[in-house]
Amino acid sequence: MTDTMNLNRRSFLIGSAAAGGGLMLSLTLPFLASAEANAAEAAHGIPPEVNAWVVIRPDDTVVVRIARIDMGQGTLTGLAQMVAEELECDWAKVTTEYPTPGENVARKRIWGDFATVGSRGIRNSQDYVRKGGAAARMMLIQAAANEWKVPAAECVAANSVITHRPSGRKTSYGKVSDAAGKLEAPKEVPLKDPKDWKLIGKSVKRLDTLPKLTGKQIYGADLKLPGMLNATIKDCPVFGGKLTSFDAAKAEGMPGVKKVLRVGDSAIAVVADTWWHAKTALDAIAVVWDGGENAKVSSASIAEMLKEGLSAEQAFVNNEKGNAKAAIVGAAKKVEAVYSYPFLNHATMEPMNATALYTADRCEVWCPTQNAEQALAVTAEASGLPIAKCEVYRLNPGGGFGRRSFSDYVAQAVRIAKEMPGIPVKLLWTREEDMLHGRYHPIMQAKLTGGLDSAGNLSGLHIRLSGQSIFASVHAAALVNGMDVATFQGYWPKGEASLEYTIPNLLIDHAMRNTHVPPGFWRGVNINQNAIFLECFMDELAHAAGQDALAFRRKLMKGHPQSLAVLNAVAEKGGWGKPAPKGHYRGLAHFRGFGSYIAACVEISVKDGNKVKIHRIVGATDCGHAVNPAQIERQVAGSFVYGLSALFEEECTVKDGRMEQTNFDSYDSMRIAQMPKVEAIVLPSGGFWGGVGEPTICVAAPAVLNAFFAATGKRIRTFPLKNHGIELV
Amino acid sequence: MARLTINGKPYEFDVDPTTPLLWAIREQVGLTGTKYGCGIAQCGACTVHIDGTAVRSCSVPVSAAEGKKITTIEGIAAGDVLSKVQQAWLDHEVPQCGYCQSGMIMAVTALLQEKPKPTDADIDDAITNICRCGTFQQVREAIHAAAKA
Repeated sequence: MTDTMNLNRRSFLIGSAAAGGGLMLSLTLPFLASAEANAAEAAHGIPPEVNAWVVIRPDDTVVVRIARIDMGQGTLTGLAQMVAEELECDWAKVTTEYPTPGENVARKRIWGDFATVGSRGIRNSQDYVRKGGAAARMMLIQAAANEWKVPAAECVAANSVITHRPSGRKTSYGKVSDAAGKLEAPKEVPLKDPKDWKLIGKSVKRLDTLPKLTGKQIYGADLKLPGMLNATIKDCPVFGGKLTSFDAAKAEGMPGVKKVLRVGDSAIAVVADTWWHAKTALDAIAVVWDGGENAKVSSASIAEMLKEGLSAEQAFVNNEKGNAKAAIVGAAKKVEAVYSYPFLNHATMEPMNATALYTADRCEVWCPTQNAEQALAVTAEASGLPIAKCEVYRLNPGGGFGRRSFSDYVAQAVRIAKEMPGIPVKLLWTREEDMLHGRYHPIMQAKLTGGLDSAGNLSGLHIRLSGQSIFASVHAAALVNGMDVATFQGYWPKGEASLEYTIPNLLIDHAMRNTHVPPGFWRGVNINQNAIFLECFMDELAHAAGQDALAFRRKLMKGHPQSLAVLNAVAEKGGWGKPAPKGHYRGLAHFRGFGSYIAACVEISVKDGNKVKIHRIVGATDCGHAVNPAQIERQVAGSFVYGLSALFEEECTVKDGRMEQTNFDSYDSMRIAQMPKVEAIVLPSGGFWGGVGEPTICVAAPAVLNAFFAATGKRIRTFPLKNHGIELV
Repeated sequence: MARLTINGKPYEFDVDPTTPLLWAIREQVGLTGTKYGCGIAQCGACTVHIDGTAVRSCSVPVSAAEGKKITTIEGIAAGDVLSKVQQAWLDHEVPQCGYCQSGMIMAVTALLQEKPKPTDADIDDAITNICRCGTFQQVREAIHAAAKA
């Protein structure tokens, strides 16, 4: 939907902030060596690159440049696998590094898009990173052939060794990489046929595990720079409110305090020698806020506004076929249900943080970010310096889940550092600040109305969504005639988030009702609620039709072979249709998002009517090509933890314009005792590249809810389940 | 002046005795493997051992740790040789983002000292750390593997 966006560089950099719900850019990248870059690196004793993606050291160590960030999802290893596959290097010698967004700007975006959002880390860069590896291999072979004065066609490469077949002469990548970097890059770079892959598709070990076990890995919050000071901040707890006044007298005399300052028009920060001193001082300051009109907003007033949207005349139509309303009116049986989905906070384990060093002619930032190019643009804007005088260095994130695709914390860090020129300042939020200033999962209600004919076939379906648009808030240029297509994720007529049912009369529309709460991309984005709405309602329809939930779905899935395959796979492995262990009940769901086809079959038991034990979840994904199946299995299981934590425990509620939940005591997260056994099925059917990090998250919740109905006869349509006294045990 | 023994080494520094042990470890001692997650002993990212017992260091004042033996994530390997818990974590590729894993490993290390062969129920009772990436399936496998090692 954004392929046609014509944006200047600045607006692109800002706009890429918005990436997540399907913002896509088709890139034709030069992946070739830069003579200037090599000259500059040689001057610093750094081995020259073969091309932008590959550096080979004299000892044959291969450094693969990684444009995306690894926040735990395994992308770093997967991307390195793809480069190494084509490079034909020794995997044991592969290491990685992150180029900076400043280098990317200086080199005309040679590494493309740094944004790590929308489950795009692999699928949107697979083509050019594989070409980067293949081109490097061709150049290394050419360099060896030149040295031997033989045709390159007579040489082959494997495991970082080049062999001249007729003579048997051999050399290593490390010996010819210097010469290879000086060659012109090949114009045609053919890629391997997937059937010849040796490394892609293998569950090789992650490259980044060890430092996470010893305390050595440096996350953003751990950074230490010489002379660094520490800061913490409080922004007006009412979104959009202002800082009226504060009394700094007491804090200014407290130990270690260097400065108490206003940040923008809505926040106050303390800079101190240590973070604990900064936090203690900030807590001692009496602050007066002005929440303005927004202070009148509550969860109840938002719910009222959304409820009105469920029957509003005007709505954006995304998917329409036949005449759904007429079909439902004329149906033998009508089924209607209203669902709602709450605001959610990402609650990454590591709160937001960034370190900035400002001088009159340079501003540098060190931070965990999912969107380094946006962080750079924000650094430039907040510092008032041109982009060429700014730089962002990426540090490991303690979780991302979409939250770190926003750079609000970077702007704050730069504004604080600007008041302390020449001194690096690390801004670290408290958990409370993190909970109060998220970029929340959008709030949404849905009214679903279905008509069944006399044979129990679904003749018409109307889904009316009412609630918040992410793109209207973060990137209005991506709206299509005012409509946020991403809101319909999983309901699209076609494309990577298509509706996987064929229904003769269909209407899916959205009454956009925005709130003052800033929305964001929360792992899975809009498939979280859309899968619950549709897949629970499908169960309601099947029940009303007196049909088996699997059989009812299958009838609507002709022409959707990949979805049918994953649904069948979980049904078979989950034992659907066969007797369950005594007291166990099953539920199903499937969906499509981020290009992948996903399904789940769960088995639960319910004690005392409210204590839910999830015994197993069989989860299947067809992501087209599976680069590292072991890591995909971990993403499936991990996404279920994130999604089910939300289903059972989590919501952010608004009172007096601000969020009520401030820490894990009021916003809980699943523990190991509640963890179901996850049986992941990776079913790569080939021929396309689907996402992995997010899609499966959305099928766990509806499958559990459908199983809960099977167990208790109760349909739950508002969340989290704790509000109904239901707990996960 | 606080006197702490961390990973067998003595440290002396000037700090308010009410400062949470977590922040003394991170800021005065400079060991950043122990993480801040919540500050209210909910998430367990800050777990360290005091005299072999797992505690949430964000909620223990420095004064309560003086004269006791403190062990952090940096202190459980013997040089380059990983502890059996760390080794099991490596073999089973437990971490995703890894931020909670220091605390998770310290909690598990204490559990295995108390119960060398924990049952699943023992694990459920003792390990209450939050992991937002959702690594619990690998955590459980790795605990059993470490118990067998």
